[in-house]
Amino acid sequence: MSWVLATPLVLPFLTAVLAFLTRFGAGGRWVSVMGNAALLAASAVLMAQVLEQGVVAGQMGSWPAPFGITLVADYLSAVMVVITAITALAVSIYALADIDARKEELGYHALFNVLIGGVAGAFLTGDLFNLYVWFEVMLIASFGLLVLGGTRAQIDGGVKYVTLNLISTILFLSGIGLLYGITGTLNMADMARTLPQVENQGLVTVIAMMFMVAFGVKAAVFPLFFWLPAAYHTPAFAVSAVFAGLLTKVGVYALIRMFTLVFNADTGFTHSVLLWVAALTMVTGVLGAAAQNDIRKILSFHIVSQIGYMIMGLALFTPLAMAGAVFYLVHHIIVKANLFLIAGVVERITGSTNLDKIGGLYRSAPILAVLFFVPAFSLAGFPPLSGFWAKYVLVAAALEERAWIIAAVALTVGLLTIFSMTKIWGEAFWKPHPAALEPKLSALAAAPRAQLLLPIAALAAMTLVIGFFPETFVAFAKTAAAQLLEPRDYITAVLGEGA
Amino acid sequence: MEALLAITIGVLVASAVYLMLARNVLRFIFGLVLISNAANLTIFAAGRLTAGAPPLIPVGADGPVGEVANALPQALVLTAIVIGFGLFAFALVLMFRAYTSLGTLYSDDMRVAEPREETTDT
Repeated sequence: MSWVLATPLVLPFLTAVLAFLTRFGAGGRWVSVMGNAALLAASAVLMAQVLEQGVVAGQMGSWPAPFGITLVADYLSAVMVVITAITALAVSIYALADIDARKEELGYHALFNVLIGGVAGAFLTGDLFNLYVWFEVMLIASFGLLVLGGTRAQIDGGVKYVTLNLISTILFLSGIGLLYGITGTLNMADMARTLPQVENQGLVTVIAMMFMVAFGVKAAVFPLFFWLPAAYHTPAFAVSAVFAGLLTKVGVYALIRMFTLVFNADTGFTHSVLLWVAALTMVTGVLGAAAQNDIRKILSFHIVSQIGYMIMGLALFTPLAMAGAVFYLVHHIIVKANLFLIAGVVERITGSTNLDKIGGLYRSAPILAVLFFVPAFSLAGFPPLSGFWAKYVLVAAALEERAWIIAAVALTVGLLTIFSMTKIWGEAFWKPHPAALEPKLSALAAAPRAQLLLPIAALAAMTLVIGFFPETFVAFAKTAAAQLLEPRDYITAVLGEGA
Repeated sequence: MEALLAITIGVLVASAVYLMLARNVLRFIFGLVLISNAANLTIFAAGRLTAGAPPLIPVGADGPVGEVANALPQALVLTAIVIGFGLFAFALVLMFRAYTSLGTLYSDDMRVAEPREETTDT
């Protein structure tokens, strides 16, 4: 069944090539929308297959594992690919109105689809060196997107983003080299099988820490997150939405994958480090956000703080906590991408995202206010929106483990998140406009208005669906968590029954 | 041979860290080149250093005959060099662009995206 696994990788690159060839004129943007719609269909087929079989594995080029490159989709990988496709489709529709002709001619759509291909590849690969290659594909595309347009702020943010991400790459690469040196394999399932037999378990823990730092930079955890708030508010809104939704989550995914499948021997040490990291990430992120006065900067710091919740799920390492982490990932990607898209509309009709310069949107653009309300208060964890259930599962897991401190931190950070969201709500929507203007959505022409609001409304609707019917999603997350904590099925699917 | 390689890697990493701690971003990317070479050598050494023959399969045989060198780390290093070269080229151009449009190479002075005073916000 390798074509089911390979299609979500082939489609974005095909789309990228076609979009590059048609970048002059209006062709490229529609190629991108159709390519991402096809990607959504392909990921749905993969999801159906995974729901039927549990874990789907395919050997590329028919080289048997562990010698060839294996693509694997378990519940977590499959749901991440589906969410990637949903975000990519939403952002590519938004980009119809958001990205100007100059950026299109510079190859925006091609870079965007290469980025999506890299993200999907990172979620699907079962080979560690291949994961490195997908990270690089994603990284170079994100570099291009970040500085596309070349304003001074973008170059400035780009320098910080590029330097810190390159350091993480080097650490990741060295870690791969050392891990290969002690296990003699690069296949992750094979590593999971051979690592317990390694004599020098201390060395394994050292390598585990190298991976934790490398993926920690990508995931923007404390104290490695500084590149994120330095860069995410500078590029085009469509770009920052896809970055905010997907890029750091690839780091979180890689952490979850490596620290459940491969580095699961010394959890007493590694996962207690992760628990501290999670608590500090939540707190510093939310306090950083409180000090900001620009919508995108506030949201950027909130990415950091929300990453803490996912790491908390991984660190607690119980079935319920892992389920909470998976649920949180899915909820967070939808909500966070949506908030950045809304920030783009706010900027478009008011001319700024600085909270001092805008206001009155609740009166003048009530539709936008409702669309902001749903993801913002989902992020803050209001029942019955999706964020409430995500936090509920995680805090319940923490209390079950008698981890009082982390539970208290999670709840406090939830309260502070409400503070930030009400700050945006109060300043941008509630208070009268400082210059007594009435920025209206009707200031936009009909076509761009629809292209900007349609993806926002669709993502908000998804937040509501997850919020109103959480049982289905929690049950799915629990199965995903069971697969992660008991990787037997994963290893058998990759290496065959004899493993 | 391992000891020599280990010392080389150590010296490369030490000089790279020294360079990368500098405020000047040009020094930083020179450090980056050194440390990525150190990473490549690490992979190479992790594949065990053997004085074997090239891993070629004679005509008619199913696998290589006798002691051969491990080809996999070399393939990995080759991939890493290509990727590293691409990233380095991008980083170099970005730093040049930063110099022309921000007028400085010192990371402390790059405050356009995060001005010290919120009032000078773009």
